[in-house]
Amino acid sequence: MKFSDQFEARFTEMLGHYPTKRSALVPTLLYAQDEVGFMSDEVIAELASRLDLTELEVRNVISYYSMLTTKPRGKYNVQVCTNIACMLRGGEELLEHCKQKLGIGHKGTTQDGLFSLEEVECIGACSWAPAAQVNYDFHENLTNEKMDQVLEDYKKKGTQ
Amino acid sequence: MPDVTLTVDGKKITAPAGSLLIEACKSAGIEVPSFCYYPGLSLQGACRMCVVKVEKMPKLQTACTTGVTEGMIVSTDSDEVRQARKAMVELLLGNHPLDCPVCDAGGECELQDMTFSYGAAESKFAEAKNHRDEQQWSPVVYFDRPRCILCYRCVRVCGEGMDVWALGIQNRAVGSVIAPNQEDHLDCEECGMCIDICPVGALTSGAYRYKTRPWEMNHVGTICTHCGDGCKTTLGVRRSETGMEIVRGDNRDKSGINGDFLCVKGRYAFDFAHHQDRLTQPLIRKNGKLTPSTWEEAFELVGQRFREIRDQSGGSAIGVIGSNRTTNEENYLLSKFARVVLKTNNVDHHRTADFPALASALHGKPQKTASMRDVLNAPAILVIGNDPTNQHPLLGWQIRTNVRLRRAKLYIINSAPIKLRRQATAFGLLPAGAEAKAVAFLAGDDSLLDALLSGDTTRDAWIALREKIRAEQKLVIVFGSELRGRDIEKLVGFAATLTEAKLICLGDYANSRGASEMGLYPDLLPGYEPVAATKTFQQEWGNLPPEKGLSLPEMVESAKAGKLKALYVVGSNPVSRFGIDPFVLSKSFVVVQDMFLTETANIADVVLPAANAYEKTGTYTNTCGDLQLVKKAGEVSDTKSDFEMIVRIADAIGFDVRGLVPFGGGTHSDMGQTRGAQSGEADRHAVWLEAHNLEPKMTPFDPMAILDEVQRVVAGYDVSRVNLLAGNDQHLEIAESGASLIQPPELIVPANDDLFSSGTLGRYSKTLNSVCENKSAVPEVAAD
Ligand code: SF4
Ligand code: SF4
Ligand code: SF4
Ligand code: FES
Ligand code: FES
Repeated sequence: MKFSDQFEARFTEMLGHYPTKRSALVPTLLYAQDEVGFMSDEVIAELASRLDLTELEVRNVISYYSMLTTKPRGKYNVQVCTNIACMLRGGEELLEHCKQKLGIGHKGTTQDGLFSLEEVECIGACSWAPAAQVNYDFHENLTNEKMDQVLEDYKKKGTQ
Repeated sequence: MPDVTLTVDGKKITAPAGSLLIEACKSAGIEVPSFCYYPGLSLQGACRMCVVKVEKMPKLQTACTTGVTEGMIVSTDSDEVRQARKAMVELLLGNHPLDCPVCDAGGECELQDMTFSYGAAESKFAEAKNHRDEQQWSPVVYFDRPRCILCYRCVRVCGEGMDVWALGIQNRAVGSVIAPNQEDHLDCEECGMCIDICPVGALTSGAYRYKTRPWEMNHVGTICTHCGDGCKTTLGVRRSETGMEIVRGDNRDKSGINGDFLCVKGRYAFDFAHHQDRLTQPLIRKNGKLTPSTWEEAFELVGQRFREIRDQSGGSAIGVIGSNRTTNEENYLLSKFARVVLKTNNVDHHRTADFPALASALHGKPQKTASMRDVLNAPAILVIGNDPTNQHPLLGWQIRTNVRLRRAKLYIINSAPIKLRRQATAFGLLPAGAEAKAVAFLAGDDSLLDALLSGDTTRDAWIALREKIRAEQKLVIVFGSELRGRDIEKLVGFAATLTEAKLICLGDYANSRGASEMGLYPDLLPGYEPVAATKTFQQEWGNLPPEKGLSLPEMVESAKAGKLKALYVVGSNPVSRFGIDPFVLSKSFVVVQDMFLTETANIADVVLPAANAYEKTGTYTNTCGDLQLVKKAGEVSDTKSDFEMIVRIADAIGFDVRGLVPFGGGTHSDMGQTRGAQSGEADRHAVWLEAHNLEPKMTPFDPMAILDEVQRVVAGYDVSRVNLLAGNDQHLEIAESGASLIQPPELIVPANDDLFSSGTLGRYSKTLNSVCENKSAVPEVAAD
């Protein structure tokens, strides 16, 4: 299958970093997911053959990391933290609010394919709790109103 | 490596530097409990059952991953250690269903044993258990998730041991679960190694699950009857309506040449023995139809017809075809019966390897053959032809294990990219049929180099391969039936130019080698003694037909010409194997001894229902020349061993059976009068009795009686009987045998069985058939 040139460049560089090919699996999975959106059967087969692994081994690693998914997600993956610091500062309510607002539950995806929602453990932004991460961007000191705005902005961006 | 000294539980012990603490303790007689540790597999450190206290180390250490060091002070039995083990067992039982009363592993379960020895009496766990239904992954592999203790043994044995990599582990922490390679099912070699190695009842086999309890079986250690490798297998047997039923095969005691290995056939394909089509009554052709008869009538008829034909047309009008799956004793007896009673040298069998050529090339050159055990330890191995993974699964296992654990060098020369190339240091791909040329090239004939080129193995690669092989100091050379006759001579010649090289010739069936060594040839007597030079046998057997007899295809020709008036087929199916037109044999009197109504039995005049190798006692010689004891495990009433049938036919011909089987020696024995608590005095003392030459041989049907003669007259078979009876394998020296003769190469017809087929036995094995059906139903996914 075909990946972008950027992926190929990163992949080639990565291989040089490790003594064995298989060690490059985890970063490669992340890059591939960023590009394809999820770990499709095709991606799994391709990476397995590139890294001399069985497909089963690749699947095993994917299943270990909750950041990796074998099912398609929305364009924007909204990850709301409910770990201690965020919980104390309203993380759970924020998650509840997102569920209402988007009409989906944990690990759900909206009909238009724009948003997915996920409850996650600490994302390292405790000082600015409650926090959420959308794809790779952080949004901090959130309230329900601020969250609405964040979602609104992504919606605009996504439907342009 | 020098030894280090350490203190364990106040006891000073020494262990080789570099050894693991758990092993050091074990050799000193101190038990450290473990689940995930398994000798020969990579270290896992998953179960924490083996924790011990090591002084100056902060927390408890896992003995299975800790190396011994000088002056180490270890405690394996402190309160802290005991407490930790208790906690481990408690956690393992936290989500365990505790369904031991119905679990296959009940009574043989390591978790039960550990709980008994180290566990706590109560549990603090009060949450609901996480249940998952049992899953069927293949016809032979079932998985019961809640019983799994996540020791990873199955994952490792399948990957590292089998090189199949069909099992993995999905998710993490409490959600972790063993997963098959095809999401909800397995695409694998179905060896059952994962089931055997599972310490609990999480993996169970389709053949055995929910059938019986371990303690309700008797266990008999015997030899697998499927391929030429000679794995030891322990058969679990149980009384049934028709005798003794075999319900399980494994090798848990790891006592044989195969360690803990068995392939799918050795482990599950014993079920042909209880197939509903099994013959249990002699059949005689009456008015063109095979009709059930009594044994007496059948033996009478066969004896009378054989005698008439012999006396009227001479022994040359009778042909005898022997088996690759009967014991050495039976093959020897048949060979003798043909020559002595029927007065014919028309003796042959389905040849799958050219053992006579090897015998001839090695005549008088001792120590030039390797045993199956040698393959596990040899520093270098060369495999020419064959596909061990499919045709010699144990050999494949020995090679892989050797490469993995001892870094043996493996060189492969083959016309196909066989799976074993994955372990190879160097692999030479040839055009089909060029194996003999490769041998000549190895021996120095460069003119043949161009004929070897195929795929991406270049001229330079071939030359480099040859250099490497020549540089090996200790090499085991394994070759398949691609090499025959003079080519084997050439190979032996090449081997002689190396520092040290030993050979293994690969034959296909369980006792192919034995059939060969017991003289099932028209021109060779037992021990590769040419018919023409029969001094020993003249003395031993009396007058013998002097001329060499007919080979199997020649017998068919002779029948066509109306000259072969009788054909006696013991445990073979030549009609199907050699594509013989049944009409050709319609004028001959054909007698067949078999388990099933095969294509050959179907055209016979008399069919005698035979017992198989799991139902009798005797010896087998594996393809390497390792002699082993075959023991009676199962029984199907109304069948007879081939041994008994041959003797009965000789008697019916009017021959004095004392001239055939030397019985009657020995001392008093328990003949079964006292069965019960004291039953089998003689059996129990067999090893001692034998050692003192007091073994009773009370009947002419006792194969042990003829084993005496075999050991006396068949060169090379004079090994320790005590060792044999004790169940040990002993390597035979083919060099000591007779001069032998080069055979026409076209007489060799490879069986071409693969991992899931086994000739007639395979056809009647429901397990093998269901595995095959399953394979064809699922689309093939990149197999290696
Ligand atoms: S049966 Fe053998 S090949 Fe199949 S999963 Fe188990 S260990 Fe692997
Ligand atoms: S299935 Fe058996 S061998 Fe495999 S991890 Fe579970 S307990 Fe261990
Ligand atoms: S490798 Fe051969 S002898 Fe061993 S279990 Fe398999 S078929 Fe039987
Ligand atoms: S607890 Fe939410 S970011 Fe750390
Ligand atoms: S045996 Fe040591 S951790 Fe499992």
